[in-house]
Amino acid sequence: MSVRRLAPREVQPANFTFTPENLEWAKKEIAKYPAGRQASAVIAIMWRVQEQHEGWVSEAAIRAVADLLDMPYIRVLEVATFYTMFQLQPVGKKAHVQVCGTTPCRLRGAADLIDVCQSRIHHDPFELSKDGNFSWEEVECLGACVNAPMVLIWKDTYEDLTKESFGKVLDGFASGKPPKPGPQIDRQFSAPVGGPTTLKETT
Amino acid sequence: MTKLIVDGKEIDVPAEYTLLQACEAAGAEIPRFCYHERLSIAGNCRMCLVEVKGGPKPVASCAWGVRDCRPGPKGEPPEISTRSPMVKKAREGVMEFLLINHPLDCPICDQGGECDLQDQAMGYGVDTSRFAENKRAVEDKYLGALVKTSMNRCIQCTRCVRFSAEICGAPEMGATGRGEDMEITTYLERALTSELQGNLVDICPVGALTSKPYAFAARPWELGKTQSVDVMDGVGSAIRVDTRGREVMRILPRVNEAVNEEWISDKTRHVVDGLRTQRLDRPYIREDGKLKAASWQQVFAAIAARVARTDGKRIGAIAGDLAAVEEMFALKELLARFGSVNLAVQGGDAFDPKAGRASYIFNPTIAGIDQVDALLIVGSNPRKEAAVLNARIRKRWRSGQLKVGVIGAKADLVYTHDYIGAGVESLADLAAGKHSFADVLKNAKNPVVLVGVDAFGRHDGAAVLARAAKFALDIGAVKDGWNGFAVLQNTASRAGALDIGFAAGAGGLNAAQMTTFGTLDVLFLLGADEVKVPDGTFVVYIGTHGDAGAHRADVILPGAAYTEKSGIFVNTEGRAQMANRAGFPPGEAREDWAIIRALSEVLAKKLPYDSLAALRQAIFKAVPHLMRLDQIAAGDAASVKTLAGRAGQAEKVPFKASVEDFYLTNPIARASAVMAECSRLASGHMLTAAE
Repeated sequence: MSVRRLAPREVQPANFTFTPENLEWAKKEIAKYPAGRQASAVIAIMWRVQEQHEGWVSEAAIRAVADLLDMPYIRVLEVATFYTMFQLQPVGKKAHVQVCGTTPCRLRGAADLIDVCQSRIHHDPFELSKDGNFSWEEVECLGACVNAPMVLIWKDTYEDLTKESFGKVLDGFASGKPPKPGPQIDRQFSAPVGGPTTLKETT
Repeated sequence: MTKLIVDGKEIDVPAEYTLLQACEAAGAEIPRFCYHERLSIAGNCRMCLVEVKGGPKPVASCAWGVRDCRPGPKGEPPEISTRSPMVKKAREGVMEFLLINHPLDCPICDQGGECDLQDQAMGYGVDTSRFAENKRAVEDKYLGALVKTSMNRCIQCTRCVRFSAEICGAPEMGATGRGEDMEITTYLERALTSELQGNLVDICPVGALTSKPYAFAARPWELGKTQSVDVMDGVGSAIRVDTRGREVMRILPRVNEAVNEEWISDKTRHVVDGLRTQRLDRPYIREDGKLKAASWQQVFAAIAARVARTDGKRIGAIAGDLAAVEEMFALKELLARFGSVNLAVQGGDAFDPKAGRASYIFNPTIAGIDQVDALLIVGSNPRKEAAVLNARIRKRWRSGQLKVGVIGAKADLVYTHDYIGAGVESLADLAAGKHSFADVLKNAKNPVVLVGVDAFGRHDGAAVLARAAKFALDIGAVKDGWNGFAVLQNTASRAGALDIGFAAGAGGLNAAQMTTFGTLDVLFLLGADEVKVPDGTFVVYIGTHGDAGAHRADVILPGAAYTEKSGIFVNTEGRAQMANRAGFPPGEAREDWAIIRALSEVLAKKLPYDSLAALRQAIFKAVPHLMRLDQIAAGDAASVKTLAGRAGQAEKVPFKASVEDFYLTNPIARASAVMAECSRLASGHMLTAAE
């Protein structure tokens, strides 16, 4: 964790407008809460905002969410800066790679994945690659320890990675043909590598 | 009531008390940072830990209810310990954690000497820290013209966040980030907009938020402290004037539950530099169209010469917003000796003291706002006319038991309200039941009709006032045990002036008539700057600042500001309060009553008081209730009926907001650079809001 600030003014868009679908969706989200408690929908709506706006939350978007929910701007800013899943600066257009760096992944080679990120994307996390298509960060446990090491790109996890297979995943995103999510080795979900070891007989 | 044993002492407290309150009731002292009586409970500083018998660990007493304590196995009352080894160790631990990131810069910190953290570290901390790493560094934030920040010192108690959201009603402060990186800020470091933001400095338990105008000016122990009352508005907030030598260094609030609780407005607090600049420190006389410095003898002789050539009935006096009862009384007596009853207080033409006290005071009282369940605001913006009183209204509104309706100019009052209309006709509509708020008023137990300066300050203010009084009677706001007719006087002098009858007597002229061309030969302005005196009138200005009144004056008699004289002020609820002298007037300036007394001798109409005490004796003889300081002589409800009986025709034009700039309402504030800066920020803010 470090101090989280909004992106510099130069990269901030001037305004943010909800797409009609997202606005409708947001209204539904607000309706889940009693009248006067619309602020409860702030996380859900801001998440949708992040998806709509190239994977990050801009200052204009924070104001738009606050206006929609009738909240003071500072309250939305508090939420946006509290949760690290809200990206406050532009992220890679094609992929923002979240590398799990917690102990199980670390033991299984997450450091290698970070090396790949540093050499292929940018030396520092949260920085855009030269072409602006990629960025990366190290995150805490994403809950796929059985398939360590793993990364999260957008909504999908890519597991059981090695330097090479992770490189292929990145290649896939670069060429617009992302690989199939899940384990990148011959394995069914988190079942044992090389096929079942128990419950083999059927009766 | 629930029984508790605190440190071996059995006490009986209400079940809704928190443990902290219960411990205080038992006489135990609990250290705290985030807890504040008037704010919501956060429970995040952990300094108030106490031991509850049977519990595995200490509990935060501020956030633990008495009713949550379990009795002992045999039904004994729960036992609390505030002095056990466990508590001592817990407090030492918390203090050590708090000091991990708190810089040891007390010698250069403005809070030094009056710092909660400093005091409690001495009282409950240990002498060393085991923390050897680097301390956290936080960028300072910009919060406007009044609050200076040193964010390294912040201990994240979030009092300021809660204060701005709950008391100010302007939720501008917040905590961004989390954990060690949590930072207190406003949205993108915009300036605060509340009129009560100065209180953030008092509320901050450390030196993170300090006063910007007072930065590095003085240490608390080198200041003389004088208890006084404020005159910036009609509320009469209790203040403490801190002086070093003859200079007023700062003004702080005092606790007065009946009036200002413990808040004061920014104007009250930061008007200090206005007391130093633009002062009239010697008499002036106009010669050949130019003001020239003169001696007291010269100016008195000039006045005597002018007065000798005039008929006594063509002499008048208008008192300004900051005049104390004493000088107004002396001036009234002086004019009476000339046979003149041409008296007026600024903005007071609508009132008739003869109608009775209840016709011009805030009858429900400020503390009574806590019982109001329906409030109709007629022609007033309490936020600008009496910011502290507005906080009281907001406090009641926050309890959910108050509904507010507004007739007059639209404004952001920091509480939701039904906007009913803009002018007098809306009052008639409401009386006819044409608006849903009529039912609210009708069903209310303690309704209040609040009339402000936008209504009574108009030229047909008397008629509007009478209409409002009639309306208050019609809805049953005036009844046994409750008088809901409330006049919000926006100046400190007005209620006092009306109390002593400083208003046009029989056949006398009011302020509007006195400022009409050709009605007067000599006009005394007792600090009155908001009047436009026509040509041809000889103006004697008794005042403190080179403001509008002094520019028009033919003779200037330099007076004393409210921190430089002892004087009685009557606040809007009719409470007589004494302001005390904290310093002396500059140069040749003198206390106003003494000027009038000295002048009376030169004019051969000697007033019979040689001392302030003698003058007060005379005042108390004429108006006995002023003797009972800090008390309210309740008005007679019959006066409201008298007033209502005078209902005349009021024009059907919308009420216009008359207090346009909160920060620049009186000559002292207009002389203050800090107030000018606040005013600039406030107007800039409004511009962005309008975009």
